[in-house]
Amino acid sequence: MGVEIKVEHLTKSFGKQLIWGDVTLTVPAGEICVMLGPSGTGKSVFLKTLIGLLKPDQGSIVIEGTDIATCSEKELYEIRKLFGVLFQDGAMFGSMNLYDNVAFPLREHTKKSESEIRDIVMEKMDLVGLIGAEDKLPGEISGGMRKRAGLARALVLDPEIVLFDEPDSGLDPVRTAFLNQLIVDLNAQIDATFLIVTHDINTARTVPDNIGLLYHRHLAMFGPREMLLSSEEPVVRQFLNAQRVGPIGMSEEKDADELEAEKDQELPPLPPIPMQLEPSNGIARRSQRPPGDWCRQNGVTPPPGSFEENMSLAAGV
Amino acid sequence: MSNLTASRVLAPIGTAGNLFAFGLDVGRGLFRRPFQLREFIQQAWFIASVTIIPTALVAIPFGAVIALQVGGLIKQFGAQSFTGSAAVLAVVREAGPIATSLLIAGAGGSAIAADLGARKIREELDAMMVLGIDPIQRLVVPRVLACMLVAVFLNGLVSVVGVAGGYVFNVVLQDGTPGAYLSSFTALAQLPDLWQGMVKALVFGLIAAIVACYKGMRAAGGPKGVGDAVNESVVITFMLLFVVNFVMSAIYFQLVPPKTG
Repeated sequence: MGVEIKVEHLTKSFGKQLIWGDVTLTVPAGEICVMLGPSGTGKSVFLKTLIGLLKPDQGSIVIEGTDIATCSEKELYEIRKLFGVLFQDGAMFGSMNLYDNVAFPLREHTKKSESEIRDIVMEKMDLVGLIGAEDKLPGEISGGMRKRAGLARALVLDPEIVLFDEPDSGLDPVRTAFLNQLIVDLNAQIDATFLIVTHDINTARTVPDNIGLLYHRHLAMFGPREMLLSSEEPVVRQFLNAQRVGPIGMSEEKDADELEAEKDQELPPLPPIPMQLEPSNGIARRSQRPPGDWCRQNGVTPPPGSFEENMSLAAGV
Repeated sequence: MSNLTASRVLAPIGTAGNLFAFGLDVGRGLFRRPFQLREFIQQAWFIASVTIIPTALVAIPFGAVIALQVGGLIKQFGAQSFTGSAAVLAVVREAGPIATSLLIAGAGGSAIAADLGARKIREELDAMMVLGIDPIQRLVVPRVLACMLVAVFLNGLVSVVGVAGGYVFNVVLQDGTPGAYLSSFTALAQLPDLWQGMVKALVFGLIAAIVACYKGMRAAGGPKGVGDAVNESVVITFMLLFVVNFVMSAIYFQLVPPKTG
């Protein structure tokens, strides 16, 4: 279950402005990955390129042997059936109620009877906690509900790859925590490949198996969660711990003077690595690794206090 | 610098090419199954509902002003008996398609552009593509066909209302005789006039819908972008329709010789 996404030397620019260049990474099948990056580094553009809504200038994206960057329109529509995408604002069809929105892909792509469709739609609505809101129009509900409805619609065709565009933007911390738990539970349940684009560090620290960081028009680092959380690399360290000291400035990069000024500043110690969020039924996901496994294998000493139960999730934030 | 100038000068050509390519995509989408009958009927009903009343209200003064102009002119020539015929020719050949085009572009096209533009900026179109559904086939083709159908009907409406308005104006206000107005209908007018009016309406509906869909689907930059798209679509459609109207009239006069006597 789940499908691998192999991205090689991907480059995208709008006009003369390079968005990011030479991005190479492999999103492993069935795992949860988070793509991080400061605002305006083209995270959403990356997501749209993965589903073929934008054509990259160079490079390839191979999914099940098909290169999305060069394949025909027809192949693209076929390969997209493997995807479920949660858009930033849910992207619900404004003219349909929530039930019809969620049922839409089933009606378009399958020959299921209305009663079968009803069963599937109700199951997904239950999953995201929207039972009772089927008859509402997207304009009548809150942003959080729209997001959950969008998730229900993304899941309705049993996708092999689920992409989340900032699932936590505009949600309160409690709903974000619920949504994160939902994402982990879903991964345990359907074993699909998950890619989450976000800039919420709490999500990034606790949810994924792998983390990637887009910064300054390239992929700064991509690897297992513990590798990035214990990394001393300035950009990764600054971003994952939300610090002001480091190469990232208010507008993209700091200039030489600013860097010079903070040269002697003592970097605060790396905060402890939190436990990974587990499925709520307690049964480990297939792609889940024991806490500290990567650190042990690679001889890295995690920051003191790591992997302790009941550690505050907000540590270091 | 020269690069920049070149790209600015060539930009309109690129836009025209894109619009044409979009039209070809729509043409290809026409033959792709399944045909979206439901969407087609809904859209036809919607476009008809936003255009019928304004069209009728525009057609009455349009018929009257033509009766006034043509009636006055023809009286100067001393050919009052041909007033009816002249009014029919003017309404069916030109006024009908022109009034139709104004309303199809102004009311129908702007509604389509606004609808698709709003869907575009809410990412609904992206969501649809990601769900493996081609928006051209699912949304654009039914709208184009609906617009063409409604345009032909509207043309009929304008012709009838325009001729009736001309009759009232001529008989009641200009002291014409009903018999002369009615009996001269066929003196100059002929059946192909009616056909060419319909064909024009069909083509105008096609152009208006394609421009509106094209502009709507390329709306960018938030709510302002939707407003801009609607505005541009109406302006572009007007310009295109008047040019096409001229070309089609010229071709028609070459193909069908005017009736004499």
